[in-house]
Amino acid sequence: MHALEGIKVVEFAAYAAGPTVGKHLADHGATVVHLESRSRPDGFRTHYPPYKDNIYGLNRSGLFALCNNDKLDVTLNLKKAPRATELAKRIVAWSDVVIENFSPGTMKRLGLDYESLRKVKPDLIMLSSSNLGQTGPHANHPGFGSQLSSLAGFTNLIGYADGPPQMLYGPYIDYIAVAYGAVAILAALDHRDRTCNGQHIDLAQYESGLQFLTPLLLDYKVNGRVGVRNGNRDPAAAPHGAYPCKGEDSWCVMSIFSEAEWQTLCRVMENPAWTQEKRFATLEARKKHEDELDGRIGQWTVQFTARDLIDRLQDAGLRAGLVNTMRDLFSDPQLTHRTQWVELEHPEIGQMHYQRPPFLLTKTPPGPRNRDPLLGEHNEVFYKEMLSLPEKDYRELVEEGVID
Amino acid sequence: MASEDKNKGLLAPFRVLDLTDELGFLCGKILGDLGADVIKIEKPGGDPARMIGPFYRDEPHVEKSLYWFGFNNNKRGITLNLESSRGQELFRRLATSAEFVIESYMPGYLDRLGLGYTTLNQINQRLILTSITPFGQTGPYSRFRASDIEVMAMSGCMSLTGDPDRPPLRVSFPQSYQWTGSYAAVGTLTAHLYRQRSGIGQQVDVAAQACLLWAFSHAHTFWDLNRHLEKRAGAYMTGRSITGARMRVFWPCKDGYLNFIIYGGEAGRKTNQALVEWMDSKGRAPESLKRKDWKSFNIAEVTQEEIDRMEEPITRFFEGVTKREFFENVIRREMLGYPVATVEEISSDPQLKARDFWQELAHPELKASLPYPGGFAKFSQAPCKIWRRAPLIGEHNEEVYCRELGFKKDELEKFKREGVI
Repeated sequence: MHALEGIKVVEFAAYAAGPTVGKHLADHGATVVHLESRSRPDGFRTHYPPYKDNIYGLNRSGLFALCNNDKLDVTLNLKKAPRATELAKRIVAWSDVVIENFSPGTMKRLGLDYESLRKVKPDLIMLSSSNLGQTGPHANHPGFGSQLSSLAGFTNLIGYADGPPQMLYGPYIDYIAVAYGAVAILAALDHRDRTCNGQHIDLAQYESGLQFLTPLLLDYKVNGRVGVRNGNRDPAAAPHGAYPCKGEDSWCVMSIFSEAEWQTLCRVMENPAWTQEKRFATLEARKKHEDELDGRIGQWTVQFTARDLIDRLQDAGLRAGLVNTMRDLFSDPQLTHRTQWVELEHPEIGQMHYQRPPFLLTKTPPGPRNRDPLLGEHNEVFYKEMLSLPEKDYRELVEEGVID
Repeated sequence: MASEDKNKGLLAPFRVLDLTDELGFLCGKILGDLGADVIKIEKPGGDPARMIGPFYRDEPHVEKSLYWFGFNNNKRGITLNLESSRGQELFRRLATSAEFVIESYMPGYLDRLGLGYTTLNQINQRLILTSITPFGQTGPYSRFRASDIEVMAMSGCMSLTGDPDRPPLRVSFPQSYQWTGSYAAVGTLTAHLYRQRSGIGQQVDVAAQACLLWAFSHAHTFWDLNRHLEKRAGAYMTGRSITGARMRVFWPCKDGYLNFIIYGGEAGRKTNQALVEWMDSKGRAPESLKRKDWKSFNIAEVTQEEIDRMEEPITRFFEGVTKREFFENVIRREMLGYPVATVEEISSDPQLKARDFWQELAHPELKASLPYPGGFAKFSQAPCKIWRRAPLIGEHNEEVYCRELGFKKDELEKFKREGVI
């Protein structure tokens, strides 16, 4: 038994913010239908590398695979109104949950806004995840998470004190909104089960992202301070940062907050003379001479491999870690222990490592169990068997290009 | 505290006991945002996280931490010494009437106190115990200690941030605790939905390291599919082209930085065209950009040389633009891109104002009212907001122990004397 077995979800969604919510539900056994169209497939299939062996193809995208395992893929060309609209409503009537992340207004133009859909499914739960929200003067502005992460203040907080802002690789804020979106749907489902009331959820990725910065927003409002990037520094710790280790581009990190931790670190370093100097004696003093401190620590750490060093520091009760690269993640002993990656065979990609949820339910273990679907792979089984569309109707819809 | 309204919250019937430190604060807060009755349980004297800055008016004090305010609102607060046998007994009693317990102790700690999952499951079979740690309940790193920077390092995030010739970077304001707390809430509610349908509670094992794998999206799939290693690239973005071209993301402008990316696809085509039109309206668009056929422009196959040629005139154009001008134009011209906002700019954003995002919350003991970020989403038929400010130390001891558990006031005094609360 999986935790969410029996829950039916349909996604009018593409890219990360919508489909990854569906992935979390699918990982726990929900039946999730990812709607696409051959005339306009999910952008992750068409515009985002990596593609297997660097060969472009609709069924070769690693990013699509990451966000869509354990789903059914069904095509429906929404531009073919009115028959496509009717069919979409029939799918919604079958479902418990709709996830959509079109630009605000799009579902309405398609005749598929919440009010219209409620008529066919009165207790529908619908998540509308958008850049800036469904209302407000900027509601219709389209955007991607890689840039919204700047509007929401995150990139201003990444970088060296003397350098430009940086980003954390991709659409950072989208995956914050994914967690909040999943929370919203799960709470709404429980509420519906108890009250028979559905719910339309207007989730602005912007607003859910800002939840992660609350203390800094308060700091500005209360103290007038404008938080800004400052490398790896932390106001309450020194040393605190990344330090070089033996090997090419190999780094460890450590964070020394208390006086006791500093003393322990000195002992692990075998009490070199410089640690006895007054300018390193207290946290305050170390903060004042932090560049020099970091240099000294680096001269010590570079003698060891990162692995050796973190064992020494952790054994002494200190917080320390190593900077895993993307390659290292696949052999990290802890992630391996948690079966963080589930290897499944994909007809065009070959062996792909699908991602397990970061939370493990001990009595109802999550997937992934099935690879991501090919474009339109489940048209027949979904329309004919699950939606009980008569063969004749199905054929007509295919001929008309509604099911493309 | 507008309790009628709170009763309409999606999770209003449920009680949560929150034993977490900063790694798990946000989990309980999210459940509270949805109306759950969350009781933050602190050790006598208060949680050490009350001394995490910044502070109200920069005065370090256990009742003035803005960090505490931000992530512990929507919770009531009681004190309890879990290391005393009386305290353990009180906790077991609280656990009989709770639906959720959230904790972030070192794995095994609660077992040693006789409060581990096995015991809690005996008292309350429906209970969900969410255990949040840096690396997970079992495994080779399960006993490793970590603060934010260690989680960011071990999850791989830092390998993607920073300049190639300088150290890898974390985000300057700690992020990993919020990622962990929010994904813990997803796990908690997944288990909740199953419990509601099956009657079976369970333990949810949340690992911060694994939560942060989502923060970098898909950078690891390049290795998985093609044995290509994505690495830190400073102010640039990599991985958008199969030729290995890197695109600039951050562009200096008159008063700061802009985030603009040359994208492909339909959205990219519109944006690129709109930018060239904007540049042209100022007489700043070179022929090479004006002549470009954006319909056939394929970002996935673009070469570095082509990108460099495009970026050069754009760099010069953006140098003469202010953040506000850029924002106005991206909105008006429906282009992709945003200024790199500061908290100051976010605070005056008209979009957030129009949506009533900010929520004033009274702090009578500070004789002040502070504007908080409000609910994380808008629900058509239920509130999602802040009902109460973060608790003072032991603020709800009497309410919970006397009025709800039925102890007499003199018993409460005795607990205090004995260091139980």
